[in-house]
Amino acid sequence: MSGPNTDYDPVEVTALQAEQVTAMRDEALAAFAAAGDLAELKQARLDHAGDRSPLALANREIGALPPQARKEAGQRVGQARGAVSKALADRTAVLEAEAEERMLVEETVDVTLPVVRRPRGARHPLTLMSEYIADLFVAMGWEVAEGPVLEAEWLNFDALNLGPDHPARTMQDTFWTEPADDHLVLRTHTSPVQARTMLERTPPIYVICPGRVFRTDPFDATHSPMFHQVEGLVVDEGITMAHLKGSLDHFAARMFGEGITTRFRPSYFPFTEPSAEVDMVCFVCRGEVGAVDECRTCKGEGWIEWGGCGVVNPRVLAACGIDADRYRGFAFGMGIDRSFMFRSGAGDMRALFEGDVRFASAFGTDW
Amino acid sequence: MRAPVSWIREYADLPADLSTDELARKLTALGLKLESLERPGAAITGPLVIGRVMTMESEPQKNGKTINWCTVDVGDANGTGDPQGIVCGAHNFAPGDLVVVVLPGGVLPGPPGSDGVEISARKTYGHVSAGMICSARELGLGDDHTGIIVLEPGSGEPGEDARPVLGFGEEVIEFEINPDRAYALSLRGVAREAAMGFHTSYTDPCRREVPAANGDGYPVRVEDAEGCPVFVARTVTGFDPRSPSPEWLRTRVRLAGMRPISLAVDVTNYVMLETGRPIHGYDSDKLQGAIVVRRAAPGERLTTLDGVDRELSTEDLVVCDDSGAIGLGGVMGGETTEMSDRTSTVVIEAAHWDPVSMFRTGKRHRLTSEAGKRNERGVDPTICQVAADRVAELLTTYGGGTVSPGVTVVGSPPSPSAITLPVGLSARVAGLPIADADVVSNLRAIGAEVSGVETLSVTPPPWRPDLRDPYDLVEEVVRIVGYDRVPSVIPVPPVGRGLTREQRLRRRIGRTLAGLGCVEVVSFPFVGDETFDALGLQADDVLRHAVRLSNPLSSEKPLYATTLLPGVLDAAARNLGRGATGVALFETGTVAFPTNRGAAPVYGVEWRPTEAELQKLFDAIPAQPLLLAAVLAGERERDGWWGDGRAADWTDAIEIVRGLASELGVDLEVRQTSRMPWHPSRCALVCIGDQEIGHAGELHPRVCRAYGLPRGSAVLEIDLDALMARTVEIPPAPIVSHQPLAKEDVALVVDATVPSSEVERALRAGAGELLESIRLFDVFTGPQIGDGKKSLAFALRFRAPDRTLTEAETGAARDAAVAAASSAVGAVQR
Repeated sequence: MSGPNTDYDPVEVTALQAEQVTAMRDEALAAFAAAGDLAELKQARLDHAGDRSPLALANREIGALPPQARKEAGQRVGQARGAVSKALADRTAVLEAEAEERMLVEETVDVTLPVVRRPRGARHPLTLMSEYIADLFVAMGWEVAEGPVLEAEWLNFDALNLGPDHPARTMQDTFWTEPADDHLVLRTHTSPVQARTMLERTPPIYVICPGRVFRTDPFDATHSPMFHQVEGLVVDEGITMAHLKGSLDHFAARMFGEGITTRFRPSYFPFTEPSAEVDMVCFVCRGEVGAVDECRTCKGEGWIEWGGCGVVNPRVLAACGIDADRYRGFAFGMGIDRSFMFRSGAGDMRALFEGDVRFASAFGTDW
Repeated sequence: MRAPVSWIREYADLPADLSTDELARKLTALGLKLESLERPGAAITGPLVIGRVMTMESEPQKNGKTINWCTVDVGDANGTGDPQGIVCGAHNFAPGDLVVVVLPGGVLPGPPGSDGVEISARKTYGHVSAGMICSARELGLGDDHTGIIVLEPGSGEPGEDARPVLGFGEEVIEFEINPDRAYALSLRGVAREAAMGFHTSYTDPCRREVPAANGDGYPVRVEDAEGCPVFVARTVTGFDPRSPSPEWLRTRVRLAGMRPISLAVDVTNYVMLETGRPIHGYDSDKLQGAIVVRRAAPGERLTTLDGVDRELSTEDLVVCDDSGAIGLGGVMGGETTEMSDRTSTVVIEAAHWDPVSMFRTGKRHRLTSEAGKRNERGVDPTICQVAADRVAELLTTYGGGTVSPGVTVVGSPPSPSAITLPVGLSARVAGLPIADADVVSNLRAIGAEVSGVETLSVTPPPWRPDLRDPYDLVEEVVRIVGYDRVPSVIPVPPVGRGLTREQRLRRRIGRTLAGLGCVEVVSFPFVGDETFDALGLQADDVLRHAVRLSNPLSSEKPLYATTLLPGVLDAAARNLGRGATGVALFETGTVAFPTNRGAAPVYGVEWRPTEAELQKLFDAIPAQPLLLAAVLAGERERDGWWGDGRAADWTDAIEIVRGLASELGVDLEVRQTSRMPWHPSRCALVCIGDQEIGHAGELHPRVCRAYGLPRGSAVLEIDLDALMARTVEIPPAPIVSHQPLAKEDVALVVDATVPSSEVERALRAGAGELLESIRLFDVFTGPQIGDGKKSLAFALRFRAPDRTLTEAETGAARDAAVAAASSAVGAVQR
């Protein structure tokens, strides 16, 4: 750029005339608007906003003007250049947006393509069922108690008032270990956890004990040598059968839906007295007139056998060192597998223990 | 227990309009659970008539069977009066016999679930067979299919409806009787409950005048009064063994689920069903001398009625005569004195036996019988004379002859002892108001004698040996009041502590494994030597030392698992066999290792064992650690439109172990080792510090073949108890620096045998505390590096908590790291 030219005759600098500046600006704006893509706009920018563009050249001439004219010309050219840059920026934004728009369209994929690079895992539904049951009792303030599967005969039988010659021992086909005088069994029920809990804790006791148990049953659609039980035990002052009923009604409703209640039928378990079988309202037909006769789940009875329960036999309390005059208890036991099969509609017990991933995968990792 | 309703009504004066459904419901509520309600013959429609076989011709068939081509007189029931031609496959009948015939148009029940089988005249074995001669099973009268039903002579005339003779139109309730309610294994007991349930009058079939004991009966000596407190013998002489049982008696016996055989057998069964008291009959002509009851002598043998020659135990109670043992007392008679169709003098035994001895003998000889079932649960000891007298009466009524005047009674029934019951205990246990008067009346309703006011003295009836404790009486009171009246009240426990830390950790482990793509399986923990062979375990491998079951389900798998691997490997093979292209499975569970700390003691139950006794008990129980096993076989990442997948390999097993440890915040160390069933050069020993917690890596190719898994399958097994023990509940919070990161990559050449973990450990130690992380990102071997060498490339990341690190600082830290690696493992920077 040249230095100030004090001898310059402004009249002769036509490029700085208002009409000329406006024309330059309008040409630039028109060129930008006409640019259809970013390449054309780049050319238009070089032509109308580059160093050699008319407005740039005009700007350069301002310094040559007499001082009294510079201000006005400067304003005029400045405003024009400002309008041009803004138009350029605006047009650039529009064209960039359009270009991106096109690119995004070009990047179209088929989102319906299946994507399973690595199949997901799952936990076993019996694990989930056990946890679900534990949680609903824990929510009431109970705790989860556990014990080993290979158990002392005394804890599995004797401590529960099942003496060596008790006919009830033949009700449960027991796996014994060798040699027999080791007096060990695969526990036939979760009830030894009752005994363990009473031996190890002092009342009040409120525990739930889910676990694996064994009987010498063949493996078929409705039997398994290994299955799962959940045992509940409460020992406290003033416990009654009503508390047992309340706990089981709550349990049934949480497992099978509001309105599913239980009923007791007199039964016999050596470790409880009085003892009862627990039936629950059929969760399919709900025992409702019209539906119950057709119901395949309860076979028209309106009730489903669910488990056993009763008031802890004072003899059991005594064997575990609990003052039977001061404390009373109740206990109940249900099949987890059976409850799960009710809940899920699973019809064949073998599916639980075959390990086919298609089965467990249907149930996810938590409930 | 199957109870015909008409028989119940004979003793319980039930309302005429009471439905059987209602009766069954009531008895169920009282504790006699309805098992099934049968209406024999209800499913049979159309002509079912009595027929008389006129001719039968045996015709051998090409298929090896022999059929009988019969003509049967069915009166006018076929519309013509002509004999009916029927083909019959059974052979237990002869011309002249009365049989049950279903004529064309009749419908039989058919197999369970079917709509019934319509009978029509059809061509078979070269004849047109117009109808069928029926077996008990075909008529839905039980499982007996050994022959057709042959009716007693005089049961009816040909052409008459056969239904009344068969007991059709009767209803039978089958009950599931709990072991404490042995009294309900009789119509006497069932009817008592029914009458009690409906508050109607009851006639005890055992209320009967009997002749007094005298010295003229068959001589009996009881040498073990504890085992046999009462022995009654009566004799019937001049009895005609070929006399048929009356049809009503046969029908009742059949409806109650037993098979009519002969008058003598049917009568003893009938009286057992009626009274609950098992009866045994001896052919008097075969008895030699006095009857003696004693325990068996060592080595003594007896062939029981089922034809089995048994070696007796000195605990077994035997009935003997001069020839030796003639019966297992209360359980089963012997062959030598069995009644036959020539028996004319019968000695009737009605004895009370010690239930414990009955139970043991039954268990020892694996003998279950209707008699044994009742004797081991406990029968009313006061009715021996009544039952024997009733048998004698029925035998002479229907078989002729006379009852000898001699009545032998040895011993006397034990008298029940009184139980003290606070009158309010029932209400306190039930959580339900029960009036004192109701307590007393309910106890009297079950036959107990009750005295006292506040504190009752209750003497149970003799047929209730199960009633011993106050709480036993509470159950009686409450069941009669009605279990359905017990209210529903939720108990309020003290504040709970939630799940234990270990319980929470176990859930977290399961979720983590599932998150790593593994599916949980649950397997049976039964293994055998073949299992260990398949795993390639050496003969002295510690895993072979397992707890042995004395009665395993399968003789091939008599051991309790010491490893979870067999279960997951079997399941993996099963999945692949069913078409899965890849499978990742895990299982958590306990295994067992035998202790050598002696047998588990069996204590009494009168009081709590001492702490020392309990410790001895707990010590004897095998250690049962919680393990985790996983297997990855076949495709781990799938092929797809996105590109290639990847088969599972040893790295997956180690990634899972590391992933789990990382989730639990435990620092693991992995060392090279060899251990079956892993590939000897691809097995990682997993440690926490110096503690070995398991193994991970590639399954040995031989084991892959044994299980039918693809070569390269990966497995791991770790001790979760050990892992969980090393976790911290809440780890200390890290300081997250916002200062800029400085990166340095180094490539180190080491001997190929140097484990990368050692190089990393040296780098980490040398780099100092500015090191934020270190990651091995490349392993390179090749001629550029040299034989027996490998190049390991690590990315080191440095950061200071308080400042931007200078190049000089990071450079110095890097150099120090390399120097440490150099001195530790001879690493040379490339």
